[in-house]
Amino acid sequence: MMAARFLVRRAIPALRQVRCYADAPGGGSQMSFTFASPTQVFFQNASVRQVDVPTLTGAFGILPAHVPTLQVLRPGVVTVFNDDGSSAKYFVSSGSITVNADSSVQLLAEEAVTLENLDVAAAKANLEKAQSELLGVSDEAARAEIQISIDANDAIVKALE
Amino acid sequence: MFARTSAVVFLPQCGQVRTMATLKDITLRLKSVKNIQKITKSMKMVAAAKYARAERALKPARVYGTGSLALYEKAEIKAPEDKTKHLLIGVTSDRGLCGAIHTSVAKNIKLQIANLTASGKEVMVVNVGDKLRGLLHKTYGSHILLNCKEVGRKPPTFTDASNIATELINSGYEYDTGSVIYNKFRSVISYKTSEAPVFSIETVANAETMGIYDDIDADVLRNYQEFALVNLIYFSLKESSCSEQSARMGSMDAASKNAGEMIDKLTLTFNRTRQAVITRELIEIISGAAAL
Repeated sequence: MMAARFLVRRAIPALRQVRCYADAPGGGSQMSFTFASPTQVFFQNASVRQVDVPTLTGAFGILPAHVPTLQVLRPGVVTVFNDDGSSAKYFVSSGSITVNADSSVQLLAEEAVTLENLDVAAAKANLEKAQSELLGVSDEAARAEIQISIDANDAIVKALE
Repeated sequence: MFARTSAVVFLPQCGQVRTMATLKDITLRLKSVKNIQKITKSMKMVAAAKYARAERALKPARVYGTGSLALYEKAEIKAPEDKTKHLLIGVTSDRGLCGAIHTSVAKNIKLQIANLTASGKEVMVVNVGDKLRGLLHKTYGSHILLNCKEVGRKPPTFTDASNIATELINSGYEYDTGSVIYNKFRSVISYKTSEAPVFSIETVANAETMGIYDDIDADVLRNYQEFALVNLIYFSLKESSCSEQSARMGSMDAASKNAGEMIDKLTLTFNRTRQAVITRELIEIISGAAAL
């Protein structure tokens, strides 16, 4: 009987000394990436390594287990790095990006195209036209529209060069 | 002396006198039903073509729409129960002949308005589509905030959704919570009237789980919410239009079948009448000859 108690007493500290590694954070190293525009789906719950996005507060890269955040996109290039190392670039006009706690990322772009579909000459021409229009317009709403056009065309030109 | 109450039985001169329908009447009726069948058949073809296109466009739109709603599901954002200002966006279209598409949305909205006003809350409705306006403006005209026309003729685009959302935001109605009522497409023969939630900026900002989201300021949140509203309206427009085209296809198909049955019955009646006419003529001839 005493021996049994001894065994029991010794067993408990032994259990306490067993240590485990911390569990991997939820989602592990997988990012469930959804990238879509209203008319086209580019990625749906895909597993990718990294996504670079241009937002109003600056460009940043998103890896799995990124801190959750909501951001609004600005015209610019989104680069998606696949698990096998290849990367794909898309030009987005605007939209939003959501990183959730479970490492799922939803990138919703109002318009998104691959860079091959953009014509740098047309973009430069539009940029110059918009810049010259900006000088002659004083109405607030019209100024905002022209400024948006300038930003977008500028970003296209930068992306293609 | 008591006046005799004479019950005057008034026999109308032009009563409903049923005679045997003449051949000419039946021929006219047959021709008109055949024309109607042609029209409903062609409407069915048109609806089938539009439905095929709408269903193709719905696939990416669904991914887009569910992606946009994902935040609210994952962060489990729920509107608090005691909110007073509600917004209902009903998505229909301008054209009829599509079964119960418009009336199901209108019924849902009427029920919600009744419940909400009974519990003392304020409700405003945005009508997307002329049919909904027609169904609501007589009884709930005071609750209508916005009417949108020219919906349904062409496939809905993101720009349409953006215009609707802009007008809604510019109207200045500070809603606390709301929902979009639309017809969710299930299959060619079935759709379901569903609701998707609309959250106000305050609800999202004050939700407990929003604390884990990093680096959000009021401006970013407002932009994000406005964009999410447009996405939701776009998604519901796409689903509704697909449901509507499939419902129109179904109802025009049923109409063509009914017209076909009427044509069969009328053809039989026509043949019977034709034979009766011939028999009558023969009888007249024979009895006339016999009288000689």
